Amino acid sequence: MPAVTETLETVQSVTDSGYKWGFETDIEMEFAPKGLNEDIVRFISAKKNEPAWLLEWRLKAYALWQKMEEPTWAAVKYPPIDYQDAYYYAAPVQKVKPKSLDEVDPELLRTYAKLGIPLKEQAILAGVEGAGDSPSDSGRMPIAVDAVFDSVSVATSYKERLAKEGIIFCAISEAVQEYPDLVRQYLGTVVPQGDNFYAALNSAVFTDGSFVYIPKGVRCPMELSTYFRINAKSTGQFERTLIIAEEGSHVSYLEGCTAPMRDENQLHAAVVELVALDDATIKYSTVQNWYPGDAEGRGGIYNFVTKRAQCRGRRSKVSWTQVETGSAITWKYPSCVLLGDDSVGEFYSVAITNNWQQADTGTKMIHVGKRTSSTIVSKGISAGQGQNTYRGLVRVAPTASGARNFTQCDSLLIGDRCGAHTVPYIENRCMTAKVEHEATTSRIAEDQLFYCRQRGLTQEDAVGLIVNGFCREVLKELPMEFAVEAQKLLQISLEGSVG
Amino acid sequence: MSLVIENLSAAVDGKPILNGITLAIPAGEIHAVMGPNGSGKSTLSYVLAGRDGYEVTGGAATFEGRDILAMEPEERAAAGLFLAFQYPVELPGVGNALFLRTALNAIRKHRGEPELDAMQFLKVARERMRTLNMTDEMLRRGVNVGFSGGEKKRNEVLQMALLQPRLAILDETDSGLDIDALKIVADGVNALRGPSFSALVITHYQRLLNYIVPDRVHVLLDGRIATSGGPELAQRLEAEGYATIQAEAA
Amino acid sequence: MTAVRHTGAEGFLQRFEGLRARLPGRRLPWLEALREDAARAFRAQGLPTRRVEAWKYTDLRPLGEAGFEEALSSIDGGQALPVAHGGSARAVLVDGRFRADLSALDGLPYAAGSVAAALPGLEGRIGTVAPAAALPMVALNAMLFEDGLLLTVPAGVAGGVLDLLSLASGGARPEAFHPRHLIRLEAGASLTLIETAMGPEHDGTTLHKPVYEIEVADGATLVHARLQQEGRQGFHLSAVHARVAAGGTYDNFTLVAGARLTRNEIHIALTGPGAAAHMNGAQLLAGGQHADTTTYLDHAAPGCASRQTYKTVLAGRSRGVFQGKILVRQAAQKTDGYQMNQALLLSPEAEMNSKPQLEIYADDVKCSHGATVGEIDHGQLFYLRSRGVPEAQARSLLIQAFLQEAVEGVTDEAARAALGAAVTGWWEREALA
Repeated sequence: MPAVTETLETVQSVTDSGYKWGFETDIEMEFAPKGLNEDIVRFISAKKNEPAWLLEWRLKAYALWQKMEEPTWAAVKYPPIDYQDAYYYAAPVQKVKPKSLDEVDPELLRTYAKLGIPLKEQAILAGVEGAGDSPSDSGRMPIAVDAVFDSVSVATSYKERLAKEGIIFCAISEAVQEYPDLVRQYLGTVVPQGDNFYAALNSAVFTDGSFVYIPKGVRCPMELSTYFRINAKSTGQFERTLIIAEEGSHVSYLEGCTAPMRDENQLHAAVVELVALDDATIKYSTVQNWYPGDAEGRGGIYNFVTKRAQCRGRRSKVSWTQVETGSAITWKYPSCVLLGDDSVGEFYSVAITNNWQQADTGTKMIHVGKRTSSTIVSKGISAGQGQNTYRGLVRVAPTASGARNFTQCDSLLIGDRCGAHTVPYIENRCMTAKVEHEATTSRIAEDQLFYCRQRGLTQEDAVGLIVNGFCREVLKELPMEFAVEAQKLLQISLEGSVG
Repeated sequence: MSLVIENLSAAVDGKPILNGITLAIPAGEIHAVMGPNGSGKSTLSYVLAGRDGYEVTGGAATFEGRDILAMEPEERAAAGLFLAFQYPVELPGVGNALFLRTALNAIRKHRGEPELDAMQFLKVARERMRTLNMTDEMLRRGVNVGFSGGEKKRNEVLQMALLQPRLAILDETDSGLDIDALKIVADGVNALRGPSFSALVITHYQRLLNYIVPDRVHVLLDGRIATSGGPELAQRLEAEGYATIQAEAA
Repeated sequence: MTAVRHTGAEGFLQRFEGLRARLPGRRLPWLEALREDAARAFRAQGLPTRRVEAWKYTDLRPLGEAGFEEALSSIDGGQALPVAHGGSARAVLVDGRFRADLSALDGLPYAAGSVAAALPGLEGRIGTVAPAAALPMVALNAMLFEDGLLLTVPAGVAGGVLDLLSLASGGARPEAFHPRHLIRLEAGASLTLIETAMGPEHDGTTLHKPVYEIEVADGATLVHARLQQEGRQGFHLSAVHARVAAGGTYDNFTLVAGARLTRNEIHIALTGPGAAAHMNGAQLLAGGQHADTTTYLDHAAPGCASRQTYKTVLAGRSRGVFQGKILVRQAAQKTDGYQMNQALLLSPEAEMNSKPQLEIYADDVKCSHGATVGEIDHGQLFYLRSRGVPEAQARSLLIQAFLQEAVEGVTDEAARAALGAAVTGWWEREALA
């Protein structure tokens, strides 16, 4: 999501204070019948015109899901989810390709504007003919955007330009049509259908997501970004993303998310699979601001996501960077399986829980190859009555000689009604591997706040400054556009938490 | 008049510390407040700056005619008040440059002046730093993180030079400093001297007052001003200690 | 015809049914009820499996598979007792039963003796600090305990050093004993308790399952060092439950050097402001040993301090586990808690699993933990060798230096000396093995 400061400020001035992305967009939508059964799975597959092998794959996942039990080990509490009480397919009705912005449904354009997407990119996303042909007006570095609106990818920009380098960046539903062999080769190889309850559900009913393929030796010239938004009521969002980086390639991918304010809880159960071959690098950044529920804890998104990377190649590297400020409940562990010798996994995270939010998040680093290394920096901020848990696993197999891990896990508590918890699992079966873990707990001290205020900062600004200082190590890993937005998000998320 | 304190009383945790302080600093003057440990020196500076936990139980304090006791700490800062802390706190991860620019812009905004962007700020900062003999390096570090005592005081002085306060309160700013650091602080304060600048220098020792020569000296005992005089009063205290004054005041 | 020998949880329950009529305190209704409730709780939960989070890394199946018998037959005296560590005060239990004939407790300023002998007066003292309902292994002990050490140090009394020897005589058949120790220090009292647990001289299989209920009153100090040096075939599953009141200090050190499978649980609740807990330990493992130290530190009152240092050295195919949870309740402002857990792997087949946990509900606290797992530092080893120290000796020096930090945490000199000697002894045996 292009997050230029000016457009962000426009968004902020348009909406009132509070969750600024909580608006609804009123456009024509198409829904599958409510509920989940084998027919719905077939409906979705037929809607997308999928080949038989994929329908089989979905049905197998659905069969596995029916036998599985919802997991309860995370330190989060929520009322039981009725899986039959939701729509599993909702899509904006696609009209004929518009000739200009005037022909595009104005509601759609208003949504893009509110989300801070500049006019040029809006045109591309709305599918205006020829919109992507001339260079961007503002002279900025362009960012390729794939917009996923409820269950479907609405458009992807800059496809042709990327295609010239052999890079594929498109909706996964499109990739299934255009590049079925590639998809089939990799889909489910990092997160198999039966991996866990939500992955199985996702595998059965996923409707869209992004597909990225970077060929050998290619350094992707622009950042790739997917913008996810849940809009329709009572729908679950199950996107599936697959990123493949071949030998010696490099790609940086940004994921942004928002949703309207509603009293009900909506489920977001995504699966992200990353594959990095020899000498390849994938950088995956997320700024998640799903609707967190109101100050009394009503509503909000349940964010239950499975994200996993396989560093298959030697000297391959995957970095996960996330800023999680939203959603009522966050349950995700972006992980790296370090298979290739000398491969590297990184996890940088800031997770905020304010009001009644709950987060049980962390990472898993599985060391299999020799001299593999992993770095984990997790910053948890708890305010209001939020409960924030870091849960991490560092597992070193006997084969991972010379492996190294360093984990730094810090919690910041604001007020005495919230909780900050740390549950790291360290399992080392290799004598020559070295694992180090540290965790600290702190708070914003009264004398720090007073110092800032005496220098003229308001209490809010002081909190924002100190919190950003606390999260600095993580924020500096974000691509620049995201970093600016993330800093503002942190401050907004903590409004009203001190004093 | 710049700062006018009338019969100010204050308590900390319910315990009375200031017991009716009356003191006035005309614009352009520097006054010193001296006293033994426990006399209420730091309490006076915190009450004037508006720190939580310091409860005003009576009296009044105005600055340039405005009631500062009714203002939030950042409002007092915007009104021109600056407290140089005895033990400046650390702000890990917060870059010094960012902090200073944010503070400066907050005050500029309050005064109706345009805010400075990063480049403009750097220019202004470097000018001030040149006169204080400081390098860019200090701007890059975290606020007071890992700073020696002397470096922390330099940082306070730099802030003063950038924020251009009209009333500077120095809370035992000379404690634990060697002569060189002391001179930096003194130079910083003296550089601000002018018709619209006043300062309240709170100190236990007379030494600093050799470099920042006060117009008036007040002695604080048991939360009250026991006696006041010219700069020679400080020398007398140095020579005789507080006991004589205590006896005289009894 | 040989009777069917039940194993696992069922085995223990069957034996409980069979033994009830002969267990001490059988005519005390409150104790009957306590044992009955414990049996019900144990039946409901069974022996913990690895699916239970608290037992994730320790498999109790080998325990379940051996059929244990409680040693209710009389035991011969005449054991050669190990050398006492501190002063002359000594309490001896053999197979979980207090032995007045082997103990030396005359003229002491505090009361020490047998739990079984004092049972009629102990209503309300058993099962209050260590509740059986939620913990199956404590429930098991409540069902089957016969005896234990009853220790009460009156207010203001400095008790000096008391040696506690827990010996297992070992018979032809696997034997289990479940002593219940009740230790209370009243306000301002102090005591150093050094316990040595030793197994049978021959390789009998024993299950030693002690439960300690410890109360440290206002301003009292208890130093409690436990050296577990039981036989290589033994099982040692202990649970220490302690409550420390305002201004009190509980200093616990656990050394694991013996047994085939060890699980030491240490639950400490700091219930009054200014209470302190120091928890230290060393696990010295070789061969196929498995040792699990699981600690729970509950900061329930403000202004309390806790320090934990645990070191594990793993040779051979041994497996070490450390789980340490620190809970800081909402009321526990100004908590100062620190935990360090380090493991040294000496062989490629060794394995260490570690789960240091923080659960924090108060904000004005200083809480941190650290964990490392690795091997001997090559740079340090090379430095010693380059100065002429032979490799084996250099390793020995580094390992002892590694363990020393845990021993140094013990505040009492006599206890520290005992531990230091045990550590040196272990390494000497291991290096020669």
